[in-house]
Amino acid sequence: MSLIESFQDTLRDAAATGTGLAICGGGSKSFYGRPATGTGFSVAEYSGITDYSPTELVISARAGTTLAELEAVLAKENQMLPFEPPHYGPDATLGGTIACGFSGPRRPYAGAARDFVLGITCLNGRAERLRFGGQVMKNVAGYDISRTLTGSLGTLAVLLDISLKVLPRPETELTLSREASPEQALEWLNTWAGQPLPLSAGCYTGRQLRVRLSGFEQGVQAAATQLGGDELAAADSFWEELREHRHPFFQDDRPLWRLSVPPAAAALELEADELIDWGGAQRWLKTTLPAQTLRDAAVRAGGHATCFRGGDHEDVFHPLDPALMALHQRLKASFDPAGILNPGRLYSGL
Amino acid sequence: MSDTTIIDLLCEKLPAECVLSEPEDLRPYECDGLSAYRRLPMVVVIPQTLEQVQTTLQLCARNGVAVVARGAGTGLSGGALPLSDGVLLSMARFNRILEIDTANRIARVQPGVTNLSISQAAAPRGLYYAPDPSSQIACSIGGNVAENAGGVHCLKYGLTVHNIQQLEVLTIDGEHLTIGSQALDSAGYDLLALMTGSEGLLGVITEITVKLLPLPEAAQVVLAAFASVEAAGAAVTATIANGIIPAGLELLDNPAIRAVEQFVHAGYPEDAAAILLCEVDGTDADVATQIERVSRVFRDAGATELRVSRDEAERQRFWAGRKAAFPAMGRLSPDYYCMDGTIPRQHLARVLAEIDGLSREYGLPICNVFHAGDGNLHPLILYDANQPGELERTEELGGKILELCVAVGGTITGEHGVGLEKINQMCVQFNTEELTQLHAVKHAFDPQGLLNPGKAVPTLHRCAEFGAMHVHQGQLPHPELERF
Repeated sequence: MSLIESFQDTLRDAAATGTGLAICGGGSKSFYGRPATGTGFSVAEYSGITDYSPTELVISARAGTTLAELEAVLAKENQMLPFEPPHYGPDATLGGTIACGFSGPRRPYAGAARDFVLGITCLNGRAERLRFGGQVMKNVAGYDISRTLTGSLGTLAVLLDISLKVLPRPETELTLSREASPEQALEWLNTWAGQPLPLSAGCYTGRQLRVRLSGFEQGVQAAATQLGGDELAAADSFWEELREHRHPFFQDDRPLWRLSVPPAAAALELEADELIDWGGAQRWLKTTLPAQTLRDAAVRAGGHATCFRGGDHEDVFHPLDPALMALHQRLKASFDPAGILNPGRLYSGL
Repeated sequence: MSDTTIIDLLCEKLPAECVLSEPEDLRPYECDGLSAYRRLPMVVVIPQTLEQVQTTLQLCARNGVAVVARGAGTGLSGGALPLSDGVLLSMARFNRILEIDTANRIARVQPGVTNLSISQAAAPRGLYYAPDPSSQIACSIGGNVAENAGGVHCLKYGLTVHNIQQLEVLTIDGEHLTIGSQALDSAGYDLLALMTGSEGLLGVITEITVKLLPLPEAAQVVLAAFASVEAAGAAVTATIANGIIPAGLELLDNPAIRAVEQFVHAGYPEDAAAILLCEVDGTDADVATQIERVSRVFRDAGATELRVSRDEAERQRFWAGRKAAFPAMGRLSPDYYCMDGTIPRQHLARVLAEIDGLSREYGLPICNVFHAGDGNLHPLILYDANQPGELERTEELGGKILELCVAVGGTITGEHGVGLEKINQMCVQFNTEELTQLHAVKHAFDPQGLLNPGKAVPTLHRCAEFGAMHVHQGQLPHPELERF
């Protein structure tokens, strides 16, 4: 029996008995979301890169493939995953990354995980093996199910194979650093983002604004001269530590909140330590403030709040309005009528 | 209920100027850009306010009447073809740009706003809206979202789905949903991706927040001629291998080059087997680097002639031929039919050779003009509908080309949508379980199946019957518009 057939048997049994399955890849993101309930269901064994031709700018791999393997293979061809995904652990898999929809510092300038998903094969809750999208850049046949599954935390389908658009690594990168107030940093970040500059990351923490420039040598140098500031030594490790939450800001026992807001939203005046990433669009907060206070602040700013790490693990994701929640439930039922896939991981009752 | 009743109800609830039901008033709505399919709607509603859209949808939902939403009607797959027992809902009067937020680089617009007018409104702030379907002077942003429209600059800047942030939507029950947000992501499922390209089957879009990008400082085009289509294809691959992602990369084969030259005299070399138009953009310094590198790559790939645009006027002239390609075909042949498959680029030479073989087999000339960078083919089959049997042969040939695209791992539609036109080929690309899942998604939004029924996703019954049917043709109205 093939691995997929055994997955299908597991799903059929679970559906027949109404048993929830807690889908797991490398386990590096088990801290995220509401608690997994149900029987453990590992897909880590379903791994390996199945297709990669660099000049097509497409890589296809099984969900259990580690991000480390994927990135190593791409690096050999001088290519990368443009959304710069965080790993949060050495065992991070492609499937887990796409299921969580995580993207790193390059996101506001290059695009999010979902932007680079070209196609997915999956098993829905009826154990049916389905393929949506494909391995080509442009494809509008059928609803865009593969992007819809991205970030759905395994509640709609078990991801099997994923095809992603990849891009050449920039030839040159350099990071500029300068001191600024939060207000000044946000203004600079958003002014520069409106200009034709080769920006690829923008972060503010500890009164230091850091922006990364990526591209061809001459263009990067010209932009660096225009923007000014000090060139940051060991810039790669700064962005990696930020991406992986190993930066000192994150070394703190208080809950970590993620506020996703319009990039030019004013600095949040809350009782919290704040790190600004994504050129202003992602605000990390270390705080013990009540969830409601943070949600209200996010909504006032035009965004939403997620309790990313810590907290009570119940009230994790921003509540949806009733009409949208009802639609989520109907959509969930269309993929997983028995409610066996990661039940409750995203929202209670989903 | 009878036809009269829903018209009466609409007339009762809406201002008189919003409801059209006289046959001569319905005529302009009988087709979209795929004019081979024509059908008069039962009634046309052209609402002016959100409440009127809501009222219309609620009346339709309560009375089980189908609704086809329409933007500018420039779509090429019959997606806005009306139903004779349904309401045609025109969003044309929702034509205002509501807000341009320079700091956050977004614009809030109504669905009837044209694609180009967004970029025009944003230009004074140094910003623009990137997706640029060739019909951008006329096509509406609402239609772009419904079709997930592309354009010449997709490889670098993405499709509509990559360039929008928020949608205001009304469900068939008239319920209001905000999908996405003014931030870069939102809580819950990515319904923004699901709505984009859903061809009017899931909801009616009433407002769109688009992402704006900074206008590039510079753009330049390299025009290169090649002695074979294979060599041009290899040059495309070599460009990518050298770490260049062009803003646009278009290929014209010899029949297309000659047709274009006779029409607009763009200065294309008529003896070339193929030409590539490669546009790079960015800062002045970046453009200089890329132009130098693309030129070297093309020379190494065997370019027989190479020209770099020296100024904006020359850049426009290089593009003029490409943009006139479709009207030029109209002069060459009484009728033509445009296909829209996408393939993995590595199969380009093989697919073009097989298309050439099919062209000979059917005795119908084919010109190729397409988005080479992302493998989105637009083979144009030239035919004469007045010759008995020629249309049927054209349709059969077109179907074979799309099936060839699927066979090499590609898709039946890259950017024009399925609509009614390619509904049979959906049966080739998707199996029964996949189609059933797509129908289940539709059911989650629209349980009565009233939004644009019969389009985009075929019934299993239809797939069972597929084989004997001929559904293609492609005469374009609005010949003045640039296409593809």
